[in-house]
Amino acid sequence: MQTLHNIPINMYILLSSVLFCIGVFGVLLRRNAIIIFMCVELMLNAVNLLLVAFSTYLGDTQGQVFVFFIMAVAAAEVAVGLAILTMIYRNTGSVDIEVLNKLKN
Amino acid sequence: MITLFIISLLGIIALLAEILNFRKLLPVITLFGILAAIAASVAEWNNPMIIPAFNNMLVFDNYALAFSISLCLITFLWFLMAHHYLEIETALSDHYALILFSLAGAIVMTAFGNLVMLFLGMEILSIPLYILAGSRKTDLSSNEAAFKYFLLGAFSAGFLLFGITLIYGATGTFQLSQMNQYITQHANEMPAFFYAGIILIVSGLAFKVSAAPFHFWAPDVYQGSPNMITAFMSTIVKIAAFAGFYRLFSTCFASVESSWSQVVWIIAVITLLLGNITAIQQHSFKRMLAYSGISHAGYLLLAILAINTQSAGAIFLYTLAYSIASIAAFAVLEEVFKLKGNDGISAFNGLAKRNPLLAFTLTISMLSLAGIPPTAGFFAKYYIFNTALSNGYFWLVIIAVIASLIGVYYYFKLIIAAWFKPADDETLIQLSFMHKLLLVLTILLTLALGLFPGYILTLFS
Repeated sequence: MQTLHNIPINMYILLSSVLFCIGVFGVLLRRNAIIIFMCVELMLNAVNLLLVAFSTYLGDTQGQVFVFFIMAVAAAEVAVGLAILTMIYRNTGSVDIEVLNKLKN
Repeated sequence: MITLFIISLLGIIALLAEILNFRKLLPVITLFGILAAIAASVAEWNNPMIIPAFNNMLVFDNYALAFSISLCLITFLWFLMAHHYLEIETALSDHYALILFSLAGAIVMTAFGNLVMLFLGMEILSIPLYILAGSRKTDLSSNEAAFKYFLLGAFSAGFLLFGITLIYGATGTFQLSQMNQYITQHANEMPAFFYAGIILIVSGLAFKVSAAPFHFWAPDVYQGSPNMITAFMSTIVKIAAFAGFYRLFSTCFASVESSWSQVVWIIAVITLLLGNITAIQQHSFKRMLAYSGISHAGYLLLAILAINTQSAGAIFLYTLAYSIASIAAFAVLEEVFKLKGNDGISAFNGLAKRNPLLAFTLTISMLSLAGIPPTAGFFAKYYIFNTALSNGYFWLVIIAVIASLIGVYYYFKLIIAAWFKPADDETLIQLSFMHKLLLVLTILLTLALGLFPGYILTLFS
């Protein structure tokens, strides 16, 4: 606990922001749907990390409880997302998002 | 409170219907259940002792009850409309259950008293819709719509969560009431990351209400999903997201308005212009409705910007008018789509000769969306502009008026097609009783809201 408090909170904010941004750029730039899912998870985990850090600094447990909610919802979300991906793979034989270009003007 | 219980219970009953084999009764049970939910909300109205449920997690005040009633009403109309569609679908009870769970999430979003519930409500609303958007399993455009909706939904949830976290770090609480207290006491000494958090929450919610520049998913998702699912998405999600948006910003962030008003101002202007101008170029009716939905998000942002005593009433009236008109438009679209197999604007040519009731409903709904009296849309727009003007957003209102004039052009394209263009085939269209009932109900509601809008606004004063 003591070492945790020796690091200023701004460092945690910085670390989480960097992780979050890596996730955002991954979602925007990568072409493989599985990697995109992983990048979304990275965004959520950056949030979880920051919540735990704030929770410790504020001496308040609410933040840690919120992390459990995020984990549960993220699990549900990924279950649905992977099902959608399986459906696409069955129809097209690929998980590259370039195949998804049916909807245009 | 009881409303939420009834809707969740109905969802569970819908799942049981598959196991216990009473699928045939499901439509009746659901329609009466939703009516009971509306009645429960009406009974709780104006309760002097608002009992905060679940340790202040949910607060069913009049604001939440009014939006719950409006959500249940729109879902009721939706079930009348989608009755046929659901009957030919194989997974009947799954559709009912998912729609009802989604509605439960929407109700949570209107009544949250804690940011955890805002996040949970948004996810409960969205996750069933990801599944429904992809419910045509072998249709590639439905697959694509589901994937895009899912991805952008998860992406925007990330932004919302990061914003919530930063605000938690600055204020030390997720409770709206405590947060409001903390922010008003320390308004001048908040750390910089608090303001970053507000902006992140704005962008997360802008994704959900499909406001530009976060709107790009909406046209594709609306076009690719089955018609009836698009109707549900474009109405319920918009009502719930705006109800949540306003609730959060009016209770917590009104005292630090200067930090986010410019961002919302810019988002509103881009949304209004981009939504309306792009809608003109669309040949598909569904895509046009998607862009018109984007532009309506822009008008609603005006009321969020002008946080004052009239805003809640203006948002309520506007979302209700918009949703009823959209349901009517989708009901007509579905009939035309069944006959022609496409949703191009030319498919509506000569609709008045084939079925005057359909053409009349389309006309009323287009007039309401365009904001022309005596329909509901006119007064809805009027009150929105009025609240914005009373807070000094003069130029924004000028831009919004210009945008709505552009809107008139593309809405009238449909009316002209239906009444004045010759039909290539003049056989009459037969409607079922449920459909006639729905069409007449939407016409009556649109006109009633347009003639007596004052009654709605007094609910919020």
